[in-house]
Amino acid sequence: MAVHEPDQTLAPRGTMSACAMQVRRELSIAKRRGSEWINPLLFQSLVIVLFPLGISPQPKLLATIAPGLLWVTALLAMLLSLDALFRDDFADGSLEQMLLSSQPLAALCLAKTFAHWLLTGLPLALLAPLLGLLLSLPVTGIAILVTALLLGSVTFTLLGAIGAALTVSLPRGGVLLSLLILPFYIPVLIFGAGAVTATISGGPAAASLALLGAMLALALAAAPFAIASALRISVNG
Amino acid sequence: MKVALRGRRLTCERDERELVENLDLAVNDGEILRIEGSNGSGKTSLLKILTGQLLPTSGSLEWHGRSLTKVRGEYLETLLFIGHAPGVTASLTAKENLRWSAALADIRVDDAAFEHALANVGLYGFEDVPAGQLSAGQQRRIALARLELIPRPLWILDEPFTALDRAGVGWLHERILAHRAAGGAIVLTTHHEFALDERVRTVQLGVVHGCA
Repeated sequence: MAVHEPDQTLAPRGTMSACAMQVRRELSIAKRRGSEWINPLLFQSLVIVLFPLGISPQPKLLATIAPGLLWVTALLAMLLSLDALFRDDFADGSLEQMLLSSQPLAALCLAKTFAHWLLTGLPLALLAPLLGLLLSLPVTGIAILVTALLLGSVTFTLLGAIGAALTVSLPRGGVLLSLLILPFYIPVLIFGAGAVTATISGGPAAASLALLGAMLALALAAAPFAIASALRISVNG
Repeated sequence: MKVALRGRRLTCERDERELVENLDLAVNDGEILRIEGSNGSGKTSLLKILTGQLLPTSGSLEWHGRSLTKVRGEYLETLLFIGHAPGVTASLTAKENLRWSAALADIRVDDAAFEHALANVGLYGFEDVPAGQLSAGQQRRIALARLELIPRPLWILDEPFTALDRAGVGWLHERILAHRAAGGAIVLTTHHEFALDERVRTVQLGVVHGCA
């Protein structure tokens, strides 16, 4: 497949450009591999499609469990994808190049995490309305569902990246990653699913959304540095 | 003076084994330091210490007379490191790999410079082939193209001759000598021999006991 390159007379410079290049690199890799962004979507779709077959196709029952089910599947899909976040870079030495580059590592980590979110969190949030309709989720809840998932998935990615960085050098680190990170996902899950449920039953969702936003802000401020430190420790463990 | 790296009484312990003990070393402009030792003697660990990734168990490292941990940013701006795993991504093309390296190093060059650097390492015509489809030696050459593209005074290379063919070894040998002639400094781990008149200092690691 031909890669469309703009006529670029000057390669980028500075930290912003290095981050932009990092994002572009991740997207190019994902485009060639495919599985990285298709797998989470496939996982979530399959669970949602199979669930009514296993439980009961009653619209009322499905509508009740839809918010929680959509959130739990999105959470698990993201958790499964995060295991591979730094693994290949660690194996081929790219991670070492990032650690020893003159660019701030936290910024590069943020760029890498952002690219990962573009490939997993964003598609999952955008697919959610369709899957919601499959579960007879009332239309009134759709907008809130997407908003909450957009906010929550960023937090999931940032927190998960810390775990991925801590476990990158371990064989079978995936299991440890899940155990390590899952407790931190629970508040996001509760308020995320809570916002959707509240909207459907006619209640206010603003408080839950605000809390999701607050958790996102906290993760965004602290996680890049935690990821960078975790990587430094892992690579030399 | 661009390069002035000095290690005093460096000791490195791993898994309760002393790999490096009380090692003094210095690297300055126009010098080549060759680190030799058997497998598992701690060459890579020593390079990790020299690149500031790993702290020595005891001893200190100085960059221009100041502790390396305090001037890390400044140090990394002069350093070009190629590790045992060369940092070449299999699913990216040779040029994409190089473009990423350039961005990390904050190098501003045009497209022709990437092609030129790749041509210099014998990868003319392979610019847009994913690295995973190239041989191990060619992947190593993609990493070595950084030497052509990114002008940094201090090179730290971990087994750079690995997987190269005879022509590649010859090229890299000349390239290292040329870098020194231009005032650069090179630290490398290798079993590759330099001629006596090429003035290369060698540090021998892990003098093996009980081995005939």
